[in-house]
Amino acid sequence: MNEGGDPVTLESPVLLEPETKASPSIRVTTAAASAATPAEGPPVFELKKFSAYYGSFRAIKDMDMVIQPNRITALIGPSGSGKSTVLRWLNRMNDLVPGAHMGGEVLYHGVNLFDKRVDAVEVRRRIGMVFQKPNPFPKSIYDNVAFGPRVAGYKGKMNELVEESLRRAAIWDEVKDKLKSPGTALSGGQQQRLCIARAIAVQPDVILMDEPCSALDPVATLKIEQLMFELKQNYTIVIVTHNMQQAARASDETMFMTMGEDRAGYMVEIGSTSEIFTNPKRQLTEDYVSGRFG
Amino acid sequence: MAVTTGIRTSATSAAVQRALTGQSRPVGEWIFQGLLFLSLLVALGMLAWLLSDVFIRSMPVWEQRGVVSFVTSNLSSDPEKAGIAQGLFGSVMLMVIVIVLIIPIGVAAAIYLEEYATDNWLTRFLNTTVRNLAGVPAVVYGLLGLGVFVAVMRNFTNSPLNLLVGGLTLSLVVLPIVIITAAEALRSVPRSIREAGFGVGATKWEVVRSHVLPYAAPGIFTGIILTIARAIGETAPLLLVGAAVAGFGQAASAGVVDKILGPYTALPTTIFSWARLPQSEFRALTAAAIVVLLVVVLLINAIAIILRNRYERRW
Repeated sequence: MNEGGDPVTLESPVLLEPETKASPSIRVTTAAASAATPAEGPPVFELKKFSAYYGSFRAIKDMDMVIQPNRITALIGPSGSGKSTVLRWLNRMNDLVPGAHMGGEVLYHGVNLFDKRVDAVEVRRRIGMVFQKPNPFPKSIYDNVAFGPRVAGYKGKMNELVEESLRRAAIWDEVKDKLKSPGTALSGGQQQRLCIARAIAVQPDVILMDEPCSALDPVATLKIEQLMFELKQNYTIVIVTHNMQQAARASDETMFMTMGEDRAGYMVEIGSTSEIFTNPKRQLTEDYVSGRFG
Repeated sequence: MAVTTGIRTSATSAAVQRALTGQSRPVGEWIFQGLLFLSLLVALGMLAWLLSDVFIRSMPVWEQRGVVSFVTSNLSSDPEKAGIAQGLFGSVMLMVIVIVLIIPIGVAAAIYLEEYATDNWLTRFLNTTVRNLAGVPAVVYGLLGLGVFVAVMRNFTNSPLNLLVGGLTLSLVVLPIVIITAAEALRSVPRSIREAGFGVGATKWEVVRSHVLPYAAPGIFTGIILTIARAIGETAPLLLVGAAVAGFGQAASAGVVDKILGPYTALPTTIFSWARLPQSEFRALTAAAIVVLLVVVLLINAIAIILRNRYERRW
């Protein structure tokens, strides 16, 4: 499951200076750098001069980065460096936070997510999210999974979709006999897998995970990581994690963020996970991944 | 403190024993605790005294007339025959009108304030206004009802002082309270639940309808029931918008619509009018009517408490 650790010849990781824009040549480098995954098309996300604010406070400044399809990209960095903020802008979840606004561009398959004509509801249908604290609805397990497809007007057979989603979230065997019992009665790890099933059920293109394992024990964490590995065949996964071991063993690409003097977070380095953890380009990254700060 | 520090440096079993058991609680603490308990006793004692006084005064009615006769008799100037049937009917109908009006309007207003309104000066102004309105004395709403509802009703009916106007006025009295309690119930649904809904591509209305509102419903309904308990005891606004304070004639055959659009009385106004009568027999009747009103209010509150305990959700 530790794909980043496979003995693949790696070229230099992508290193984006804050002032450089993501250029096609860099993208090519990225493609070459991860021969472990199938050949890829254009990036899923492309951030250009992205800044994020809460009121007058700048939480993230001038970020340029590219997220590739069918990969697990981990966002690591100290608390307050803006990892979750980046994630929550990727599916416009931060639209709902009073006072939150952003600058620059976030392109999703080349479309600016913040174009006036873009419908945030449709964005969230394609870009699902799993949250830090498992947050199943206080309804039945079945209804938890079926809610998304229902509001999306899913016309197919709902029972099959629910089963398929629960199977892919590796929780079907544990809940198949109690689909009518409340999702909130499950254990923490089961709840989180139910939340992943709920995210999968709307058949998204991307799954964003905001520290999905921080409330879980190591066994449940391992299950979620295995699950992510299965899911990346079909989805692009972006995961925020505080756990560097998790980033190291469960991601293909790693982005390291930290914050500057003004407390605004910025991206230090992005590259293949093995490069970031074994041979980072920046001293800051090396200090962080080796545990000397953060 | 200095003593404890000294003990800590040489923590022998005996020293620890002395430090942990040797001290008695200071006298001031006992006195303070006693004062707090006394305050509670004063409050409860007064209440118990009032209740028992009312109950004892009402005893002759229960003994001579019985509950059924008292509750089913109409208003009368003859204390032997007077009862609260019309008052009970009026109060029940008022509550029905109030419930029908305040649930949709109050909940809708709360949903707007909590879920849709953006945080700007207008929203803050509206929130403050609703809170202030909840504190306005009920008699002021009575004047408003007299000035607006009665005046409008005059164009449609010969008896503008009817149940409908009374219900509208009482609804105005309690609407701010309903909005506040409903808004609090909505606010208690955690943001993570809303985000879960939005995260699977639901619209705001879908999240509110399928999740926020159902999860907040027990709190909203508890608030509404408590509000009803308050409304049923309101007297001043009803006096202003014309609940009859003396016996009134109405054909026994009158249908519900006629009754709603005709003269009426309510329990509190019955109590008010009886309390002013000079005959001493009416004192027992007044006390009996108060007991009935108290029982009704306590029953409503009990329902609210039971519902809250049964459906309350911990997040």
